[in-house]
Amino acid sequence: MGKHVLVIEDEPNIIEAISFILSRDGWRVDTHSNGHDAVETVHAKAPDLVILDVMLPGKSGYDILRELRADAQTQALPVLMLTARGQNKDREMAEKMGASQFMTKPFSNADVLACVRALVGAG
Amino acid sequence: MARDTLTGSRIRERRIMSGMRQADLARLAGISPSYLNLIEHNRRRIGGKLLLDIAEVLKVEPSILTEGAEATLIAALREAAAARPEAGAELDRVDEFAGRFPGWAGLLAASLRRISTLENTVETLSDRLTHDPHLAASLHEMITTVTAIRSTAGILVETREIEPEWRERFQRNINEDAQRLAESSQALVSYLDSADDAEADLNAPQDALDAFLADHDYHLEELERPGADPRALAERLPGSAARSLALPVFERLAEDARALPYADFVAATAEFGPDPVALAHRFDTDPARVMRRLAALPEADVTGPLGLVIADASGMLTFRRPVRGFPVPRFGAACPLWPLFRAFSRPQVPLRDRVVQPGTDGAAFLCHAIAQPVTPPRVNRDPVLVAHMLIVPVPGGEEAARDALPVGASCRVCPRALCDARSEPSILAEGF
Repeated sequence: MGKHVLVIEDEPNIIEAISFILSRDGWRVDTHSNGHDAVETVHAKAPDLVILDVMLPGKSGYDILRELRADAQTQALPVLMLTARGQNKDREMAEKMGASQFMTKPFSNADVLACVRALVGAG
Repeated sequence: MARDTLTGSRIRERRIMSGMRQADLARLAGISPSYLNLIEHNRRRIGGKLLLDIAEVLKVEPSILTEGAEATLIAALREAAAARPEAGAELDRVDEFAGRFPGWAGLLAASLRRISTLENTVETLSDRLTHDPHLAASLHEMITTVTAIRSTAGILVETREIEPEWRERFQRNINEDAQRLAESSQALVSYLDSADDAEADLNAPQDALDAFLADHDYHLEELERPGADPRALAERLPGSAARSLALPVFERLAEDARALPYADFVAATAEFGPDPVALAHRFDTDPARVMRRLAALPEADVTGPLGLVIADASGMLTFRRPVRGFPVPRFGAACPLWPLFRAFSRPQVPLRDRVVQPGTDGAAFLCHAIAQPVTPPRVNRDPVLVAHMLIVPVPGGEEAARDALPVGASCRVCPRALCDARSEPSILAEGF
């Protein structure tokens, strides 16, 4: 099983923290910080898992996820959604769009790590 | 119609409500059934001992028969009962309650209005938290920063061996994020603190406008003068939302006053009566403007009391000038049978109907309605329509109400069981 993660998030310090935690756990981490060409980046990097923020400049995480699910190549790609909201409707929206997991900010490092491991069966 | 001329109608209502036959009441009161029939149809005045005797037989206070209770008060009490059906309010005795204890009944109705206003405020607050873009952006910024701090602090605490350069880097990040969090918190507090007229903004603007108009008996003297300043008048309302809502209303009233000058219009009304179509012809204007003008003048100048409601095509009432005996719902949908709504299906055709509301002394009202476009003609675009309905009380009691179109205030407080237009069950099993 590969250990390659793409983090799509626009907050540099969150990117840095997540990258550090995952790198220490043996993951290869790529990052991307806007919604415009996020789908193209997913195709180019071909990660084993994507961590995707909902609020991104250019295109929302939900729209990116919808495009990924509509493409046969990325249809089954594990995606962990991150959002600053924790309301039921956001969780429902994430599930409806095909998110593999949903995590509300602020989160603990241990939770992110556990979730990522579980999603690619690396636990 | 003067309320004391309807004593007979109230005797009839009370008798029917208690399930008593006319002949039995006549016998117990010591009069002939035919004489009681004349009384019940308001063709004989009644007072003195006979009134006391009938009141005693019907087990009510004589004042309830002579004065009745204010219809709008009764409607408000019914709304209160509808809002809390589990309270088991005795709806069949609402008239008696309002008649015997008008002060308490008024207090209850006022409390209901207050509750509705507060509920509105809560809704506005919830709406603000969800939809205020500034608030939403500020909270998102704060949560994002807190996330970065939590994650970075977690790394510093949980990672046993961390290179000095990484440690320094994360400490710097935390410092930056803490600074950012402090700034965004202060900005948020300032925003919440400095919101102009924040509390007034949270009250329902429509309520503020309604109250302002009612306080002035719907006649705004300032707008009658040459060079009237609607903006200055609107500034007297509490809250920016209410002021924004009031401004176009006041501008329209000022425009109406210019188009239909006070002295000429009052003189024409004395000649034609409150007839919007006749007056529109006389002044070469549209009936909706005439209706607004009639409703913006003191009662004595327009030959008596009258009411006006204005609705948009969604059915929302955007203006209410109530008239005694014709309850207009304060919240929610009004009766779809009102000519006001029928007017939307025949734009620009003036409609005129005699209507009667249930449980309001059986008095009739002449309703003039018209739906008119408020937008200029545009190719292949339907106009935006607004409907006006002028409500004019008709003298003549039950006689005038005969053959009148039965309507209600709103389904929830309407006792008409067999109504094709009913959209929800009534809380009233039968009319009182």
